[in-house]
Amino acid sequence: MSAAPEATPLLEVRGLAMHFPITEGIVMSRKVGDVKAVDGVDFTINRGETLGLVGESGCGKTTTGRCILRLERPTAGQILFDGKDLSRLGRRDLVAMRRRVQVIFQDPYSSLNPRMKVGDIIAEPIRVHGIERDAGRRTERVRELLSTCGLDPKFADRYPHEMSGGQRQRVGIARALALDPEFIVCDEAVSALDVSIQAQVVNLLEDLRERFGLTYLFIAHDLSVVRHLCQRVAVMYLGRIVEMAAVDELFDNPLHPYTQALLAAVPIPDPRVEATRDFRPTMGEVPSPINPPSGCVFHPRCPIAVENCSRTRPTLRELRPGHWVACSEAR
Amino acid sequence: MTVIAPTGAAGAGSIDGEPELQRSLRRSVLHFIRRQPLGTIGLAIVIVMFGAGLFAPWIAPYDPEENDFNAMMQAPSWVHLLGTDQLGRDIFSRLVFGARTALIVGFSAAFMGGGLGLVLGVSSAYFGGWFDLVFQRVLDVLMAFPLIILALAVVSVLGAGVQNVILAITIPLIPRCGRVVRASALAVREVPYVDAARALGFGHARIVLRHMVPNVVAPFLILLSAFVGQAILAEASLSYLGLGVQEPVPAWGLMLQGGAEEYATTAPWIAVFPGLAIMLAVLGISLFGDALRDAIDPKLRDR
Repeated sequence: MSAAPEATPLLEVRGLAMHFPITEGIVMSRKVGDVKAVDGVDFTINRGETLGLVGESGCGKTTTGRCILRLERPTAGQILFDGKDLSRLGRRDLVAMRRRVQVIFQDPYSSLNPRMKVGDIIAEPIRVHGIERDAGRRTERVRELLSTCGLDPKFADRYPHEMSGGQRQRVGIARALALDPEFIVCDEAVSALDVSIQAQVVNLLEDLRERFGLTYLFIAHDLSVVRHLCQRVAVMYLGRIVEMAAVDELFDNPLHPYTQALLAAVPIPDPRVEATRDFRPTMGEVPSPINPPSGCVFHPRCPIAVENCSRTRPTLRELRPGHWVACSEAR
Repeated sequence: MTVIAPTGAAGAGSIDGEPELQRSLRRSVLHFIRRQPLGTIGLAIVIVMFGAGLFAPWIAPYDPEENDFNAMMQAPSWVHLLGTDQLGRDIFSRLVFGARTALIVGFSAAFMGGGLGLVLGVSSAYFGGWFDLVFQRVLDVLMAFPLIILALAVVSVLGAGVQNVILAITIPLIPRCGRVVRASALAVREVPYVDAARALGFGHARIVLRHMVPNVVAPFLILLSAFVGQAILAEASLSYLGLGVQEPVPAWGLMLQGGAEEYATTAPWIAVFPGLAIMLAVLGISLFGDALRDAIDPKLRDR
């Protein structure tokens, strides 16, 4: 699959940082440190494109998504959406922007209010934003959204607990679509589902992208799903992006040692190949984001680290066309 | 298609929920009676009290405020079921009308105090930060006073009378509710559907009232049932001290005071019956509240 022909960036993230302060004391609280969940992240997403954001738990990929959604106020950096900086928007502009940027959450159980019927869950944003003021037409729109997401419109009268995980995730998708957004952050949108259901939901997301011209930021840790759905992939490690490339380029030709380790950790569904292949797991544990290593954050675990790696922080370099790597030793 | 219904037996075709709902309601009522015999007794007392309060004019054989100077301090008999007081008023009629006063004060104070505490407690958890910190310290100060002391203070500022008594009992109930509700709301705030509501651009009021409040309602209901009992007791205490409901309005605390001070030995029925009424009412509501907690708490439900 080739990248979108008209390469206009819809979202541009520059130097994004999200540091959560650690405080001591209650009345006279003082800062004793920071959790550097996201520490200087840059990427762009073109209109109609899907960027996969991968990395292990705690690497800051979800926090990046939450900053874009302005569920957190970033410590530093810019999030340019269609030219406007989301991180600096005031309340009114923010509400307007929320119509264009939506989210699908990981857990289909806790992301729907258990006290509301499915129809009300989907109708609420339509009503609040005054998109459809007529109750009858709103019901019609809800039914339409449900069938768009592959659900029987009769589900509108049900409560979320009466539905299965896959059905609930479709409700979550319908709710995200209710405002007719341009951009959706899919935060581990299929990770909590059964493998068979995952495939259906991934296909649904693909269909919706074609049909409504959506742009996704697809946050995931399942590399096979990313390979299927995304055009480009960014790999995060300890709050930074270490490598970014078109999906096939990244999977076939990973340049950063962390990406190589990540891909090598994917099991091969053939016991004979699995038994014979040369697998060297990465040494040690992920360091703490409170006190990350100096220089390149990956250097204590890196098989190819040289002395300079602990001193200078590598920046993203374009080693091949469209293939960016933050490693001074990668060639 | 799998349907995960809480009742288990409820299967497909339950989209039109009405008959289904009635059936499961009846089943859960029966279940409640079998599992909670004490709670059922409490419920029965509450129902009797409600009936008395609601239908007082039809139940009471006499006007509760009318003096009959030909029949003062009469012992219980078929003419005056529970006797008459020192002014010749029928005690049974006054008890029945007193139930109405107790219920009005008890429920108004419990619902207002509980409702305000609910909204403020959830808001405190939702906004967090400085607002939460300051608000919780204010609650600490209010909580430092026992309920009845704070109610006395309010009454002495505002004066006696039914409305002021309601207000006086409402105020000390607010922090007691706010504290408990805040704890549950803190957990709800971190649930993704609240994030989803924020991402959808909903206002703070909508998020608090529509998305958080309904999800802390289980602990709130239990609290509310306890509050009704506390409020009835507080009203009786205030009236007994002469700072609550004023004569000639029939109120249990007032009747107790009138009887106990002078006629405890000569005409004990004047004080004994309102005292019993207060005790039974509070006992009934407490028993029902305890049973309600056991029935709602899923961890205790199937024991």
